[in-house]
Amino acid sequence: MAVKLNNPADYKQNIKPYQPKPKVFRNCIRAFWTGGLICAFGQLIANFYVTFFDFTETTAGNPTTATLILIASLLTGFGVYDKIGQFAGAGSLVPVTGFANSITSAALEHKSEGLVLGVATNLFKLAGAVIVFGVVAAYVVGLIRLLFKALIT
Amino acid sequence: MEYLLAFIVGGLICVIGQILLDVFKLTPAHVVVSFVVAGAVLDGFGLYDRLIEFAGAGATVPITSFGHSLLHGAMNETEQSGVLGLAIGIFQLTAAGISSAILFGFIVAVIFKPKG
Amino acid sequence: MAVKRKQTWQFKNDIYLSSTGTATGPKEAQGPLSSYFDQSYDDLYCGEDSWELAERRLMEDAVMACLKKANQAASSVDLYLAGDLLNQIVTANFSAKKLQIPYLGMFGACSTSMETLAVGAALVDAGFIDRAIAAVSSHNATAERQFRNPTEYGGPKPPTSESTVTGAGAGLISREASPVKITEATIGKVFDWGIKDANDMGSAMAPAAADTIASHLTQTGREVSDYDLILTGDLSSVGTPILKELLYERGYDISSVHQDCGLMVYRPDQKVFAGGSGCACSAVVTYGYIVDELTRGNLQRVLVVATGSLHSPTMVQQKEALPTIAHGVVLEAAGGGES
Repeated sequence: MAVKLNNPADYKQNIKPYQPKPKVFRNCIRAFWTGGLICAFGQLIANFYVTFFDFTETTAGNPTTATLILIASLLTGFGVYDKIGQFAGAGSLVPVTGFANSITSAALEHKSEGLVLGVATNLFKLAGAVIVFGVVAAYVVGLIRLLFKALIT
Repeated sequence: MEYLLAFIVGGLICVIGQILLDVFKLTPAHVVVSFVVAGAVLDGFGLYDRLIEFAGAGATVPITSFGHSLLHGAMNETEQSGVLGLAIGIFQLTAAGISSAILFGFIVAVIFKPKG
Repeated sequence: MAVKRKQTWQFKNDIYLSSTGTATGPKEAQGPLSSYFDQSYDDLYCGEDSWELAERRLMEDAVMACLKKANQAASSVDLYLAGDLLNQIVTANFSAKKLQIPYLGMFGACSTSMETLAVGAALVDAGFIDRAIAAVSSHNATAERQFRNPTEYGGPKPPTSESTVTGAGAGLISREASPVKITEATIGKVFDWGIKDANDMGSAMAPAAADTIASHLTQTGREVSDYDLILTGDLSSVGTPILKELLYERGYDISSVHQDCGLMVYRPDQKVFAGGSGCACSAVVTYGYIVDELTRGNLQRVLVVATGSLHSPTMVQQKEALPTIAHGVVLEAAGGGES
């Protein structure tokens, strides 16, 4: 018995066969090697800072992050990052470079509205959610940890 | 060897993100928010530090480490200042990341024009 | 008196699409229909400082090309009907300011092209005005930044997404004879069949298009075979098969006469996901290519059904479903131009 599409109530379900499926396997492979490459590159940068500057393995995290952010911002400015993003999917979204791209692309886009109302106001348009939820999560987890500590001792 | 570990672990974290996008149909924003919260939670159990020891940049480069750093900085400060330490320390370890993202984002926006 | 069958208007007088004008951005100029456009630009800025100014430039170019080909000045036009995708339809508003023609701004999202054409033809037929211009525009970057994300954002898009056409199309409507007649229009109703994903407009708009086409055929008493072409605006590769199935279930098999502007304006290798969309999609294909085919006599009767999704980003974030609409206009070859 063929399913009737002309049924508003079930339409959303019934059209599923007509919708293109994302190529999950191909996308995962792409995300894997692009994301892995960015992380390996990050390792290279971290080692560079440890070798040539006065950083330890733990403290090298800061300049490494800053360097990756700079590179991602520049790639966004050159109009390249969005093309990388469409190809790499989560591979460019998940590393901290994705965070930098979300900030820079929003700032860049609203340049036409001026520096204050455009660039500055919209800087966190996309990245704000990450910072907000990160901070809130840290507070919640932190409070729970402190509570546990207090209860145990 | 450390490069290989960074590559594999970082890649796998990204694959989890890709599955969230393609299979669970989350938006990119929801994916990164989930990851940053996951990073904080994993650090709450003391697990993320071990991942960093094991995989180096494979664990510090993904956005999950941002959540980890937020909590870590907050907890460090509580040793000195108690509960208030949470507020004092939360941005300590992430200051470099956030401030450089703002600064470079601003500079790039001043110099460049979007190309669409 | 023009004949009215429910939502289908049959014009009593001979109403002509006396002239058309089209202008596009670079991606469309690299597409299969590039030779049919009057003007194309090499980059999305079209020589202007911002995306919004670029879209205005395109709209002005399309209207000026239309007027030039008809040897008319803006002052000889009685009414300007225009719309676009931006908030408060600012592109249309500013173009109206420049043209200084009495103006009615209209919004039908991507269905605005046929909406403006239908209303313009009806007013000319009723005798209130002698000449009207119907014009629409859209721009990939302005639509992207208003409805979705900053243009340089790297977040991936799903395969059901559509790519907004950068361009503008304008048509001059009058009773002065020309090779293309506007004979009928069918005004659509708003449909909502539960699609909440703004990245999948094709699925959301298919029911609206199906209803407009079915209503048109019922109310005119014609068959699918009476048309050389039933052209939808931007159902894309996702909505097109759904449309065909919806109509097939109602007893209409349009597979041999159907095409979709969103699939015609770009080549498959141009990285446009499911196809083109935007007000300009149906406009540049109709006012460029279709009008040319009708003039040459390659097509005799075409039903152009422009489809639109009437949502806003806020409403989508509030988890509402997309309300969609489709308006149809019948264009016929006048056969030589002289009646």
